[in-house]
Amino acid sequence: MKKTVLTIDDSRTMRDMLLMALEDAGYTVIQAVDGIDGLETLAAQGADVVITDINMPRMDGFGFIEGMRADPNHRTTPCLVLTTESDAEKKARARAAGATGWIVKPFDPVKLVDAVRRVAA
Amino acid sequence: MDAFEAIKATFFQECDELLAELESKLMLLEQGQTDLETINAVFRAVHSVKGGAGAFGLEALVRFAHVFETLMDELRAGRKPCDTVTIKTLLRASDVLADHIQAAQGLAPPVDEERSAGLVHELELLTHGGEAPPVVEEDEDDFGFVPMAFDVPLDEPLPSLGEPEAVAPEAQTGWRILFKPHGRMYGSANEAGLLLRELGRLGPITVSVDDSALPTLDVLVAEDGYLTWTIDLTAAIEEKVVREVFDFVEADCDLTISPLGGGAEPVLAFEDEPPAVLPASDELDIAALLAKAAGGAPAAEPAPVAVAPAPAPEPEPEPAPAAPAPAPAPAPVAAAPAPVAPIPPAQVAAPVAPAPVTIRVDLDRVDRLINVVGELVIQQAMLSQRVLESGLARSSGIALGLEDLELLTREIQDSVMAIRAQPVKSVFQRMPRLVREVADMVSKQVRLVTAGEDTEVDKTVVERLAEPITHMLRNAIDHGLETPDERVAAGKTAEGTVRLAALHRSGRIVIEISDDGRGINRERVKKIAIDKGLVAPDAALTDEQIDNLIFLPGFSTAAVVSDISGRGVGMDVVKRSIQALGGRISISSVPGKGSTFTLSLPLTLAVLDGMVVSAADQILIAPLPAIVESLTPQEGDLHYVGGVDPVIRFRDRFLPLIDVAMTMGFRDTPVVPSEGVAVVVETEGGQQAALLFDAIQGQRQVVIKSLETNYQQVEGIAAATILGDGRVALILDVDVLVTDMRRRSSRPDFKLAS
Repeated sequence: MKKTVLTIDDSRTMRDMLLMALEDAGYTVIQAVDGIDGLETLAAQGADVVITDINMPRMDGFGFIEGMRADPNHRTTPCLVLTTESDAEKKARARAAGATGWIVKPFDPVKLVDAVRRVAA
Repeated sequence: MDAFEAIKATFFQECDELLAELESKLMLLEQGQTDLETINAVFRAVHSVKGGAGAFGLEALVRFAHVFETLMDELRAGRKPCDTVTIKTLLRASDVLADHIQAAQGLAPPVDEERSAGLVHELELLTHGGEAPPVVEEDEDDFGFVPMAFDVPLDEPLPSLGEPEAVAPEAQTGWRILFKPHGRMYGSANEAGLLLRELGRLGPITVSVDDSALPTLDVLVAEDGYLTWTIDLTAAIEEKVVREVFDFVEADCDLTISPLGGGAEPVLAFEDEPPAVLPASDELDIAALLAKAAGGAPAAEPAPVAVAPAPAPEPEPEPAPAAPAPAPAPAPVAAAPAPVAPIPPAQVAAPVAPAPVTIRVDLDRVDRLINVVGELVIQQAMLSQRVLESGLARSSGIALGLEDLELLTREIQDSVMAIRAQPVKSVFQRMPRLVREVADMVSKQVRLVTAGEDTEVDKTVVERLAEPITHMLRNAIDHGLETPDERVAAGKTAEGTVRLAALHRSGRIVIEISDDGRGINRERVKKIAIDKGLVAPDAALTDEQIDNLIFLPGFSTAAVVSDISGRGVGMDVVKRSIQALGGRISISSVPGKGSTFTLSLPLTLAVLDGMVVSAADQILIAPLPAIVESLTPQEGDLHYVGGVDPVIRFRDRFLPLIDVAMTMGFRDTPVVPSEGVAVVVETEGGQQAALLFDAIQGQRQVVIKSLETNYQQVEGIAAATILGDGRVALILDVDVLVTDMRRRSSRPDFKLAS
């Protein structure tokens, strides 16, 4: 069965890039533009894996992850965070918020798909 | 890579939007609205540009955006004040950022290295300089988030840089991995089973689990980690590759990786029980695993009970979730990091602007649709006319149906035109930068005030507005405003104000550009016009006429040709480009107080409400917005100036009466005014006149067809249209008719008379 990935990013460019990479890899992609939209989309449509940006208007990635983890239905849904840097401290912060893993921007489509596969049950 | 190029195009489109957002937010900052939300918005815009640029390897852009972003980060963290100096620098930085984007697009040459480096330096100075500690971890606050209490185990060995070299990959036949997940790991939706699956992809693995730490059921916490996994991976790969599998969970587990055979002994040694060895497979059977794990742990007393119901799909592989522990769990769900933590209030309180749902459509498609709808309107009008001619009763079903059809057609047309309508914002937003640059160049202090940015107008009009507005703003700053010293001497503030406003007025869009400068020096204008032979030295000109001299071709007031204006493009060019859009330009000026240029443009270039009139067998359309009133001339109201030029009394004023058929050359003898119909029209400049036609036939919305494109420009005619009966009708250019043609038409008469 095709797995569904929810991508949350306020940048259309980034959403398009994620869409291209993930659809090429055979995933179904649904999109949201910020944290609030992301929570609504997740609640309405569900997802097997979530990829979220951090800096977004209305609600940022951290708000989203916390909101998502507070929902019993999505406590164990893997959530990857898009970050621009890869230092340990930021990874720790992402994790503290409940992120399953991270993808460093700019991402390579192969690595992205790899990361999704790694966390997808 | 077509898709890639398409995304790149999207990126640049998005950049334009981000730049616009950046500009408008910086303007808010400049106006003193330095709240966190605004600063954050600026940060996000720059951040997004950087993110996308990174994806496309636009190095120069990334570098510049990074420095910009870093300063924004300091500002939003409150570590640096968002003061005037900073905002000015940010504004200039946004200009350079825009240049970098242009350059990255290949639309402009690479950004002047010196200019870019200069601003980078300024930004860095603001970021690191001042009283704050000079060493600030650049991207420390990338997440803008206060971390929750969270201890990162530091005891685990981190791979040192030299390690991969030290261990030659060929020498290794495999790795022994000791992996003890902490409870936290499950809180972030990571799973031991998936990690094992990943390892399985690297090569054949043998997995064993040590469950000796499993407590008795009554104290077992379902989401804590009790198991230690030992994985023997037989693959000649680098340690780094193995470690990467645990990348996400490294801080949430104890991990030891040692070379297989002859390597160091595992740190976490097993106690008495030999580990249960499991055959590795790609898909780990967790239930089986659990069963074996529990079975091989005789120390755990309630093991049989715990094992029995272990369901396969349970996401947590190792805890036996069934039997509810009778004793209260001592560490309730310590694993998940605040899973029920409320969403930070700051995030929720942020103004929630519903994101409008939009689609992007090729302009070509819209234009094709508009064209077809135009044809539909014409066809509908033709049909109506045919039905009318066939003598069907107005109350007949067909006639009524046609009426509904007409309403629908009109609605379709309005809706289609609305697709093309765009706020003038896109043009207005480019202006603050221009104003800054021009002001810098001429050393004047200028404040730009804009109003009515949301006023919508046809896309074509919006696009072609940029150049005239640019030109007039330059003029306003260069010629209109005084230098700060002069202003202060004149009792004004040192900073001049230029106002750019858009508004709707009677079916047209009006753009006003006003300054509070010195106003037009009429004496000087007149002198220049006389010197250049544009007017006769003895011409008696009203103030208004003098002001309008600046629109004459070949007129330039700049005594010294400056960098800004005086590039050979004069106001006459502005006037022409506005006229080409079916617009007018007018000026009003008060010496010492300033000048106002007013542009008036049609909202759309596609349809027009018009009065259908006839003149000497020709059907003409008079634009409805220009019409004030229509009347039948009475003999008593008519007078002839000099015995030739007729004027008509209209509300206690005399208006010139223009015989349209004669002016346009449709016939040579004037019609007797009382036998025709006079239509009082008003030009954009407020000038009134009466146009004399043979008859009025009705009022109708017409689809504008360019005469220039299909034929050639005809003076006095703005465009053409196709009527219901298929005939071509000309649309009158009322302003030209009233101001220019009248003068000319009366000239031959003079000759005849004299």
